[in-house]
Amino acid sequence: MKLNRKLLWMLCICLLMAFPVNFEANAQEESASDAVDTTGIPPAPPVNVQAMDKPNDNGHGIVITWEPSPDEDRAEDGVIGYSLYRSDEKDGDYTEVRTIAAGMYSIDYEGEVYKYEDQDDREKIGSNPNPDFLEKGKTYYYKIQTTTATGLTSEFSEPVSAAPRGDWFHTGKTSYFIAIIIYFALVLTYIRQAKKGVHLYIRPIGGIEAIDNAIGRATEMGRPILFVLGTGSAADIATIAGYTILARVAKKTAEYQIPVLVPVNEPVVMSVAQETVRAAYAEAGRPDLYDEKNIPYVTAMQFPYVAAVNGIMMREKTATNFYMGLFHAESLLLAETGATTGAIQIAGTDQPAQLPFFIAATDFTLIGEELYAASAYLSKEPLLLGPLKAQDYAKALIIFFVIIGTITLSLGWDFVANIFETSI
Amino acid sequence: MKRTLPLVIVFCSGILLIIQHFIPSEESEFLYTYALDWIITVGVYAIMLGIWSLIRVTVNKARRDPGERFYAITTLAGFSFMVLTGWRAESLHAGSIFMTAFNYILIPIQATIFSLLAFYVASASYRAFRARSALATVLLLTAFIVMLRLIPLGPISKANNWLVGWILMVPNLAASRAIILGVGLGMIATSMKIILGIERKYLGGD
Repeated sequence: MKLNRKLLWMLCICLLMAFPVNFEANAQEESASDAVDTTGIPPAPPVNVQAMDKPNDNGHGIVITWEPSPDEDRAEDGVIGYSLYRSDEKDGDYTEVRTIAAGMYSIDYEGEVYKYEDQDDREKIGSNPNPDFLEKGKTYYYKIQTTTATGLTSEFSEPVSAAPRGDWFHTGKTSYFIAIIIYFALVLTYIRQAKKGVHLYIRPIGGIEAIDNAIGRATEMGRPILFVLGTGSAADIATIAGYTILARVAKKTAEYQIPVLVPVNEPVVMSVAQETVRAAYAEAGRPDLYDEKNIPYVTAMQFPYVAAVNGIMMREKTATNFYMGLFHAESLLLAETGATTGAIQIAGTDQPAQLPFFIAATDFTLIGEELYAASAYLSKEPLLLGPLKAQDYAKALIIFFVIIGTITLSLGWDFVANIFETSI
Repeated sequence: MKRTLPLVIVFCSGILLIIQHFIPSEESEFLYTYALDWIITVGVYAIMLGIWSLIRVTVNKARRDPGERFYAITTLAGFSFMVLTGWRAESLHAGSIFMTAFNYILIPIQATIFSLLAFYVASASYRAFRARSALATVLLLTAFIVMLRLIPLGPISKANNWLVGWILMVPNLAASRAIILGVGLGMIATSMKIILGIERKYLGGD
């Protein structure tokens, strides 16, 4: 019954997403140009030409906008493009920057507007000066000429000018910035609560609870444990999350006196993994058991790495395999080999594309964020549990805004969606 | 000091790079490029450690385990061969010994391992698609419908195509986006824990 209700809810949500209703009426206007013979008559230049500093850039960009020439839609000898010219003096020599094809305009609230971003921050290309380089603070002048299909050109538009300048805050990321501040505040609040000793409930995760049992199984069988940190670099957050789980696993293996094998595919990952395991053994009071050779560098290449790790599984008959970190196409090759050896397997990755493979081939899978939560779950340290709680509340906020956004957009109101508008 | 200094460096670099993300100026771009260059520099030095680890473990294996000796010697011979033939810039030109070995030995071997994936997908699917529970049955039926799209079914094909498109674009995409959102929040929380020095296991213990 409980399951049926769940399925019913899922179906309702899916249907809501499948058929968003737009109550806004779509009015279409048809325009027709006057049938006047204009053959041989030069077209008019574009109108309302404007130049301005490109917002949110590093100070080497200018945006030029213009509205179409009144002759763009004429029946005979129509406009095919607009040539943009630039100069650093108003009455100086203008050089052509680019020709923009007619019709390549964007439609905004003010109607049809052509937009071109003149931007280049490379002062030189090789050893030669770059003619497209725009110097910060220098004024540049632009004018535009219309061209027809038969090659007739219009007069130049009146020159417009702008000077590029760098910005100290990216206004397109304001909503993003505010969201991060709110999230940071949530995290700090719950860390403070945890410090005060407030009990923070966290939901149980099967995969994490199975870690201790998996280590116990290896101890009973007297076989080693394999820990794979994936094929990411040391700077990947998933790999860092992998280290934190490795530290807890290594401490347990030191206490139970069973070896943990950590073949790695990146030298920096190897150094950090060796240091993590060494510290875990010292913490468990068994530094004598630490063997650096159990954490070897194998190869940086993906499939040779798979061959090496699969070889270790087959030769050493590992009792438990952990896959924690960033994985790519090697996920199933590793997990399926582990399944054939009869090892108990626990995987965790933040790569949605690899999750189905791990779910199919391993006993327990930490899905996405659970990988990051594992460290806090295993240690039960209040300071680590604080951010976990903040994460749950942030998710609740996101769900709230997704529902509100879906409803308001379906009713034709875009104010909620506009709050979250960003530009990169 | 051994623990405090890295934590201070992590805190300062972390906060600086967060702020950098919201500043588009040239100075900010320089800081970002500088940080990336540092990562590359550290990586280059760490390669030496990696090579040393590989040689040490392989030599040790060859010395102690007679059964592994042949493979260990092959590994060392392959490594030496690629280093000796590939150390010059001209080695990367087509037709050189290095590129010939790379293209006609290493790449086919890699392709062979990758091709195993086809068999592994079949065996993993067989286990995953067993109707053990109500949810596993839903998974089995969905997989069956999605796989049917690849087969011409005459008049049913059009309806099935629509259904598969809906499955992929609505429930599947919704679940995928939920995972991505969770991952994003998890990444930020983990980064915060690292920057604030709460999570320090990666430094080698508490």
